[in-house]
Amino acid sequence: MPRIEDPNGSGLLRRRLHLDGWLLAALLALIGVGLIILYSASGGHISVVYRQITRLVLGVGVMFLVAQIASYHLRRLTPWLYFAGLALLMLVLIKGEVGMGAQRWLSLGVVRFQPSELMKLAVPMAVAWLFSERPLPPRGRDLFIAILVVVVPAILIAKEPDLGTALLVAMAGSFVIFLAGIRYRYLFGFFVSILAALPVLWHFMHGYQRNRVLTFINPERDPLGTGYHIMQSMIAVGSGGIYGKGWLNGTQAQLDFLPERSTDFIFSVFGEEFGLLGAIFLLGLYAFVILRGLIIAVNAQDSYSRLLAGSISLTFSVYVLVNIGMVIGLLPVVGVPLPLISYGGTSMVTLMAAFGMLMSIQTHRRLVAH
Amino acid sequence: MSKKTLKNPVRERRQFIWRIGMAGGFVLVLFLVLLGRLVYLQVFEHARYASLAQENRVRVVALPPPRGLIYDRHGVVLAENVPSYSLEVTPEHVPNMQATLAALAKVIKLSQDDMRRFRTRLKGGWPFKSIALRLNLSPEEVARFAVERYRFPGVDIVPRLRRYYPLGASMVDAVGYVGRIDVKELRSVDAKNYDGTAYFGKMGIERFYERRLHGKVGYQKLEVDAHGRPLRVLSTQPPVPGEDLVLSIDAGLQRITEKALAGKEGAAVAIDPRTGEVLALASAPDYDPNWFVDGISRARYKALREDWRRPLFNRALAGQYPPASTIKPFMALAGMQYNIVKPAQKLYAGPYWRIPGDPAKRKYLDWNRGGHGPTDVVKAISESADTYFYQLAYRLGIRKMDAFLEKFGFGRPTGIDTTGAQPGLLPTPEWKQRTRGRPWYPGNTVVAGIGQGFLLATPLQLANAAAILSMRGQGFRPHLLRASRDPEQGGIHSQVPTPLPPVQLRSAAYWEAVDRGMWEVTHQRHGTAWQAFRGFPYSVAGKTGTAQVSSFYYSDTTDESTIPYNLRDNGLFIAFAPVDHPLVAVAIVVEHGGGGSHSAAPLARKMIAYYLDNNTIKVDGRLVLKPNAPAELHLQPTRSSAPSLRLLPQVAPNAAH
Repeated sequence: MPRIEDPNGSGLLRRRLHLDGWLLAALLALIGVGLIILYSASGGHISVVYRQITRLVLGVGVMFLVAQIASYHLRRLTPWLYFAGLALLMLVLIKGEVGMGAQRWLSLGVVRFQPSELMKLAVPMAVAWLFSERPLPPRGRDLFIAILVVVVPAILIAKEPDLGTALLVAMAGSFVIFLAGIRYRYLFGFFVSILAALPVLWHFMHGYQRNRVLTFINPERDPLGTGYHIMQSMIAVGSGGIYGKGWLNGTQAQLDFLPERSTDFIFSVFGEEFGLLGAIFLLGLYAFVILRGLIIAVNAQDSYSRLLAGSISLTFSVYVLVNIGMVIGLLPVVGVPLPLISYGGTSMVTLMAAFGMLMSIQTHRRLVAH
Repeated sequence: MSKKTLKNPVRERRQFIWRIGMAGGFVLVLFLVLLGRLVYLQVFEHARYASLAQENRVRVVALPPPRGLIYDRHGVVLAENVPSYSLEVTPEHVPNMQATLAALAKVIKLSQDDMRRFRTRLKGGWPFKSIALRLNLSPEEVARFAVERYRFPGVDIVPRLRRYYPLGASMVDAVGYVGRIDVKELRSVDAKNYDGTAYFGKMGIERFYERRLHGKVGYQKLEVDAHGRPLRVLSTQPPVPGEDLVLSIDAGLQRITEKALAGKEGAAVAIDPRTGEVLALASAPDYDPNWFVDGISRARYKALREDWRRPLFNRALAGQYPPASTIKPFMALAGMQYNIVKPAQKLYAGPYWRIPGDPAKRKYLDWNRGGHGPTDVVKAISESADTYFYQLAYRLGIRKMDAFLEKFGFGRPTGIDTTGAQPGLLPTPEWKQRTRGRPWYPGNTVVAGIGQGFLLATPLQLANAAAILSMRGQGFRPHLLRASRDPEQGGIHSQVPTPLPPVQLRSAAYWEAVDRGMWEVTHQRHGTAWQAFRGFPYSVAGKTGTAQVSSFYYSDTTDESTIPYNLRDNGLFIAFAPVDHPLVAVAIVVEHGGGGSHSAAPLARKMIAYYLDNNTIKVDGRLVLKPNAPAELHLQPTRSSAPSLRLLPQVAPNAAH
């Protein structure tokens, strides 16, 4: 009888705790770097760091719990999760209007963002679920349904109105469709329709969002508002040079020139104090997490897990690219935090749950012949 | 599993790896772009940015815009901004918080609430952001602190503008109030535009027109020294003040109405039927909106919430009441429109009425034990003959009834420009099955005919319906905003009335019959509100209503004072005046006031008298409204002077001393 090897390996971390060592190590390193820089960004106030740690502990706990759910269970839960999220979104829209009334200010503000946060995961899961039993590449009816599954919640979220989250949700779903092997001519059509939809998007934007885009195109337009922030951020990063000014020594950050230095613009503090070398190290850590996620996707055994893992990794990379791109003046200012490092952020739990899914996919593999 | 046989796992995996590779490659390229940009900034442009950072002596501070003022239709100020001083603490500059607070308390009075709020914000805030410890210091306190200021590093007096409602409780139902902006509200707007802003509209006009009242944030460039302390102002981009709003509310009428409602629970609404402008919107009991502006104390809020009279509940917009007999004019119109009755046709209105063929032989009683005898439409309205309307409703049926009443705005939102309005209820058989799990019985239709049972309407809806009735079908969407003043362009923009789809009847005679009936209510000895309108100089069309709260007590047969207060009937009244060219329509609900003829009708008299006395002149024997176009309003020119308070150079932080 041939020796049977467990595909999940033999370590305690993988077999018993269902955690992926490489991914875990990289995430913990990022979190560690994040806390160090947050201490500096907060002006040396340890209480801010403690609050962030509390949030991180919660996030890691959620990741651990999610990692225990085998991916085939996740798949079974998917339609329920998706429709529950959809129902909650509609409830928010209906109740949101009533909520403007007399009792509004009594209501405690956790409900609003929760359904859309849930949808960040539920939408790619639902598309992956849809494709998991169907022949790929998707075409015709399957493709049409998949697009509906992505677009309906995105529109509901955009009506909340939360355009940013709507775009992120739509993107996470689109990644699954792309990875499922959609034909190039559809892909081409997709990009053309996105270009065509830009005026519609413009219409959906708030005045201030339009302003930010205009300011990005021409920073002189608003030298005291958003333009000033971008300028200060670039000064911070640029003045950091190759080696940086050293921890707690960034003049831009410490003298309060940097706006939102603990949240969306925390990367500029990092760039100022740790320089190009530090930035390369940080980008390397992020690249490693993304690479590990893509490897997990490639190793996954069924198309559901594969598609989901791929989408999660790509979505994560978009967060990183958009935030850093914004801070160093390559993209307009949009409110996307730097994942795992920015202070606060309601999306921390969602993000950690997504990493939990990656770990589950990697460590719940079954013994099957390829 | 025919689906599965179509899948080709090997090919799919190969396809997937190819795609993942593409995406990964793309991400890699983008990472390289970031890296390239970083190299550009940190290596090639390093020298330039390093010197910019070295010379960075410019700081930008936000100048919050002064909030738009709110006026009544005659230019009376309903909401304004008054200068006030607050005591603010910057935690990172305070060497010993405990000692400082203890010493401060000896100079300036600090309440338990102040301390508690401060501690909460101290725990949740940034050390470099100042926190308000006490608001609204008196000039004396400011002076006292100024003398002792050297003892308190990190503690400053900060001037700001405080929202103030000079007319207090009498305006809260119409205007609403602002409060401290919270995290959730901040997330719903552009946070940059709210930089430095303390307030956000919480309710009413303040909430509905938040965006227009707020304005646009300005900035000030300050030169600072090497430690970040401000030295001088380099340049200023002044904020754009919010729009001033002129409401259609008549402050005088509103006050008369509130006074008439004092001590009662109830609501009253007055509308100009020619435009849909709301002239008065009152709910009782009330509370002072100024309590909420800088945060209400716990004890006071608890008291308000636990008060059984529910002062926080805006009955005029959200109170949903059975309309009782005030629905009868509309029922009469429906009956004539659908040819159930003719205007002059007489039905026998006895002491009671039974559904034909009802095996239980249930009696539907009239309020008048003797009945009314042969009754036509006019008499049915003026005497409020229940048994006439039982028959009419039964023959009309619930479907036609609902369809007709909906045209008068019942059962759907009025579209008024404020928050918290409720839509009332037009019951349908489906609605009853869904919510009560029981089928619709004919008896439900019969009692709906006299506005009892499931039918619900808010005072605003009743006033709106009366306005549509007075205009013979041509209604306007009720609204509170009359005009606005844009501070950037200047000039006053009038709000154009929005006409509603007109109610068209087969014959104008139907309107005349109902008008006549409602006129007799107040002008003929047999009318139900004759007493209340005795000797009134204006012609009024009205209709009383008395809604039973408990079926056990029947106020016409029992001495009212023996009924427990909270089981006494609600009194209602709707009216418009003058009858031939209406200028005002009103609706009044007095909870537990007993019959509408003596609880609500006298209020309508006061309101109509005040409005017509003060706003009309007689020209050729006809009442004409005095001219009062928004462009002629003399709004106070205080706006331009108000923001100067914030434009003063910022006081250097105390830590510098």
